[in-house]
Amino acid sequence: MATSTKASKGIFDPRLLKGALKESFKKLDPRILWSNPVMLCVEAGSVITSVNFAYALISGKGDPAWFTGIVTFWLWLTVLFATFAEAIAEGRGRARAEDLRKTRTEIQAKKLKKPELDSPYDLVSGQLLRKGDVILVEANDMMPGDGEVIVGAALVDESAVTGESAPVVRESGGDRSAVTGGTRVIANSIVVRITANPGETFLDRMIALVEGAKRRKTPNEIALEVLLIALTLVFLLVVLNLSPVSIYSARAAGQGQPVTLTVIIALFVCLAPTTIAALLSAIGIAGMDRLFQRNVIAMSGRAIEAAGDVNVLLLDKTGTITLGNRQAAAFIPVAGHTEAEVAEAALMASLTDETPEGRSIVVLAKKEYQLRMKELPPHAESIPFSAETRVSGVNIESRSYRKGAADAMVQIVAGQGGVIPPDLEGLVTEIAKSGGTPLVVSSNADILGVINLKDILKGGIKERFLQLRSMGIRTVMITGDNPLTAAAIAAEAQVDDFLAQAKPEDKLRLIREHQEQGYMVAMTGDGTNDAPALAQADVAVAMNTGTQAAREAANIIDLDSNPTKLLDIVEIGKQILMTRGNLTTFSIANDIAKYFAIVPAALISIYPQLGILNLMHLASPHSAIMSAVIFNALIIPLLIPLALKGTKYRPMPAEKLLIYNLLIYGVGGLIAPFVGIKLIDLLVNLI
Amino acid sequence: MENHVLLFDLAQIAALLVILTLLVKPLGSYMARVYQGERTWLSPALAPLENLLYKVAAIDRDQEMDWKQYAVAMLIFNGLGVLVVFAVLLLQGWLPLNPEKFPGFSWDLGLNTAVSFVTNTNWQSYSGEAAASYFSQVLALMVQQFLSAASGMAILMALIRGFARHTAETLGNFWVDLTRGTLYILLPLSLIAAIFLVSQGVIQNFSPYVKTTLIQSVQDAKGNAVTEQTLPMGPVAAQEAIKEVGTNGGGFFNANSAHPFENPTPLSNFVEILLILLIPAGLTYTFGRLVGSSRQGWAIYVAMLFLFIGALATLYLAESHGNPLVQKLGVPGISMEGKEVRFGLGGSVLFSSATTGTSCGAVNNMHDSLTPIGGLVPLMLILLGEIVFGGVGSGLYTMLAFVVIAVFVAGLMIGRTPEYLGKKLEVMEMWMSVVIVLSAGIVVLVFVSVALLVPEAVKAMANPGAHGLSEVLYAFASTANNNGSAFAGLNANTGFYNLMCAAAMVLGRFAPKVAVLAMAGSLVRKKYVPPSLGTLPTDQAPFIIWLVIVIVIVGALTFFPVLAMGPIVEHLIMRGGL
Repeated sequence: MATSTKASKGIFDPRLLKGALKESFKKLDPRILWSNPVMLCVEAGSVITSVNFAYALISGKGDPAWFTGIVTFWLWLTVLFATFAEAIAEGRGRARAEDLRKTRTEIQAKKLKKPELDSPYDLVSGQLLRKGDVILVEANDMMPGDGEVIVGAALVDESAVTGESAPVVRESGGDRSAVTGGTRVIANSIVVRITANPGETFLDRMIALVEGAKRRKTPNEIALEVLLIALTLVFLLVVLNLSPVSIYSARAAGQGQPVTLTVIIALFVCLAPTTIAALLSAIGIAGMDRLFQRNVIAMSGRAIEAAGDVNVLLLDKTGTITLGNRQAAAFIPVAGHTEAEVAEAALMASLTDETPEGRSIVVLAKKEYQLRMKELPPHAESIPFSAETRVSGVNIESRSYRKGAADAMVQIVAGQGGVIPPDLEGLVTEIAKSGGTPLVVSSNADILGVINLKDILKGGIKERFLQLRSMGIRTVMITGDNPLTAAAIAAEAQVDDFLAQAKPEDKLRLIREHQEQGYMVAMTGDGTNDAPALAQADVAVAMNTGTQAAREAANIIDLDSNPTKLLDIVEIGKQILMTRGNLTTFSIANDIAKYFAIVPAALISIYPQLGILNLMHLASPHSAIMSAVIFNALIIPLLIPLALKGTKYRPMPAEKLLIYNLLIYGVGGLIAPFVGIKLIDLLVNLI
Repeated sequence: MENHVLLFDLAQIAALLVILTLLVKPLGSYMARVYQGERTWLSPALAPLENLLYKVAAIDRDQEMDWKQYAVAMLIFNGLGVLVVFAVLLLQGWLPLNPEKFPGFSWDLGLNTAVSFVTNTNWQSYSGEAAASYFSQVLALMVQQFLSAASGMAILMALIRGFARHTAETLGNFWVDLTRGTLYILLPLSLIAAIFLVSQGVIQNFSPYVKTTLIQSVQDAKGNAVTEQTLPMGPVAAQEAIKEVGTNGGGFFNANSAHPFENPTPLSNFVEILLILLIPAGLTYTFGRLVGSSRQGWAIYVAMLFLFIGALATLYLAESHGNPLVQKLGVPGISMEGKEVRFGLGGSVLFSSATTGTSCGAVNNMHDSLTPIGGLVPLMLILLGEIVFGGVGSGLYTMLAFVVIAVFVAGLMIGRTPEYLGKKLEVMEMWMSVVIVLSAGIVVLVFVSVALLVPEAVKAMANPGAHGLSEVLYAFASTANNNGSAFAGLNANTGFYNLMCAAAMVLGRFAPKVAVLAMAGSLVRKKYVPPSLGTLPTDQAPFIIWLVIVIVIVGALTFFPVLAMGPIVEHLIMRGGL
């Protein structure tokens, strides 16, 4: 489904790496780094140690120049790794945007004088089209801009935008009237009214979104940043405090050296939550990018985060929970007839029926009863289904085969003088109660039995609802079916609740009710009549096949138009938040080991007793401090893949998930630096 | 250490914790009723007085305030309090009830003391029996012991209402909360406590100091015979009661609760400890009740209890191992330096933990004389922000700020934008909770740095070296967190320390208080989000443990270097015998 350009952007694509590397140097500019205050502080620290290094080289005073030099080098690398993480996350989006932009070449538009297919037109540049202009698009023409089909119907290849290779039908009126700039008409001609000015089209917005140009920090990101800034400030004061403390202590103890500026800055950078600060924006960008890989475009990062919070999901039954169409599941005979008789009559009655239901009857009859495919006899007359008769069938010579709604069939058969079998009514009610649709089958004036047409659940849907429930999300099925059928399907699919005989305004009411109780509601929709509900929902996913109105009301657009995507979106929303939380915990847990590396190293000359805190038995004070700084820097690129992929989400109750993540990222964050710093120390001393 | 001593100590600790836990629910639900404005069994007696007060002060009790109005009322009220106490202390030489003819305080000491009592700190750079008249003690200092406590509880109530109400604007009426807290909670409890303390031998009079002839004369430093002793008198029991009940800690005498007239018997000692912890512990239940789930209150109580027991055990172990340097001199056993024999080790460490885990700061033993690790425990309890069980009101609101931070990170870790008690935690809540949690720590770090660079401040240390550092650290920890206890050995009655400590007390008290109100103001506007399976349960063991870890890690990370250079190095030197 997805084209190769979208699917195979690995993290280590060399083209991306090169671009990101260049970009990461540009991002060292303090005016750009301003948006990441923690890393800005690290950069300021690096500048100070650089000056210190120069001073040490010239004067030979203070810490040895090689030590200051190495620390300075790794501090700069720390900043660079952070900008690199952001650059590589953006780079992936930019590469995709590039692909999209290629589709937006200069297109000539046929601007119509009148909104009719045969009206004369002028050839104008697509860039000059304005909202409200009416254009003609013929076979093999590119769509010059976003618009709405007002006359005709056409087959459109949307693969450039959606990655979906199968062409789709776009027609005037109804819910499939929206066309997107950059797509190509394959067959027929249509008249399109332009609905967006150049630069504001769907494609433009998509490119901007994917590029991250319009990416704003989400409220949750800002709140986390507040915590990180506060911690950074505290650690700045902690290390600044260490200077007077060591000056005082050195004087009081009569020995040792106060801590130097280089050591103070090294300790500060190690303590500041650099790991999460470096990866924070990459996590958000990568999240949107992951959605895009699944052909979903979020209009804002906020919408994805809201998806992580959703606790009520409104799902349309058809297409989401069940396959689009009902299928024949069984042939049930009445009044002494056999199953085989019913099957044969049903097969005959459906031979000319091209509806999915009709075909499913043929398939079932052939599969279950090994009935040979009969060529339609030459004199056969097809009786199509109509809303008035609610019956369809075939007349072959003198025989007539019919299938249809129970009450209609009873009426017809009774009219022909046939006998209504006494067990029919019970059977029909039973099937209806179980969620099926009963179709009565007759041959001439003889009622043979009933076909049970059933809604077929999508594969694995039950399991997904189970997962959702364990995530604390309630699912509500919305259907136009009668309550009886709805209840049966709801029970089979194991949704938590259902709304039967739903009208569009019922959806809106249902969303409002849930929101008033404080729930976050997500829904999918495609029709114009879904637009008000989409606008009301906290997370509104519009199908790309939907109308312009629906797409504008939504905050997420699914290019594949696959309603079960909502589940993926929820998952990615949660992943983004979890990755943030997990890396924050990891980052802070790391500090404990860094303290045990740096504090004894910095102060041992004043109080040799503090050597006991050197738990890792690091070789020398200088190598201890260097090892901590190097570990602190290296952990950033090591975690870039995790930040880009997101930590794995396992659907389980909140409490278990918390314990699970605490064990991995909390305890892991505690232990990892002890091991890492020790290893680096061993390596440093080998060299 | 002998077994029966250990058993007695353990029994005493167990008894205290059991009695405390049993009192949490009745007291907590009573306080909930008081702050809900409901009738209580004391209403027949107190309601007329309450109504009279509102009438005199022209207060409409139904007039609710938003967070800004609430904050302004609180700041004006406390500002006036500082002015009144300052004036009384400066002018006490001309005021009545001054049988010992004490002169007025110096301006810097007067300001320090006024700020100290209004902020519920009760840091005392003066010696009560040698500097303050009865008038000052009762009408300036004791009055503020009630009002500062009531004001802390009022702020907490505003925050609780912020959680409990939704899509609203107002947080209650500061004047009503202040009045009801004082009348229905602090006064009755203090009255009962004072009567009990008098029964144990605590004095309560306005007599001039008594001169008694010593049974056996002693010699002073110059070799002159001393035959007489002056026994200070005063209305001690009344002040002693509110000193503990309101977690104030400002003793009538310099020796505070180590003085036999303040704390005569092991039983009075036990009750004083209980009184210190009573309201802070009870408020956890009040909180749970008011936010509609007493389990939430118990969860916080359990987290506090956990930290309390951990601190107590460390302190007890450190002290019971004694000091090897003293043991070498032939004094074996536990470290009893600076402790009262009538309280023993158990009565002393319990008191120390209780007084520093809350914002009380009363002492019945000299914290300066604790072993280094022993001294680290009270210091750390203060530095954590006094949340075990915390100052009246202030402890719980600080704890709730920690909860907000813990929920925020944990909430992310389970993939939700974080929420607590049905309220989404967003940018405003994060800003305010980091201000609440970190402002005292920031003040400590900055002020200690300044003190170490000022020669006059360094000179005031009696013990240079690691212990001197601990003394300065303790002084600013104690003032910035509004504790008020001191590592003796630092001459804090100097212009530098009086003013720096006053500044620390003001910043450490009012920055968090205003932040609490701002957070409450933001919370109260939010809508309520009902919990689901995906919501982080904040009343279960995993979250409680996480909360404790967050508190310990924030404290440890902030103060590890300076603690390493103070108590930790001191401990290593002591053990190494260097």
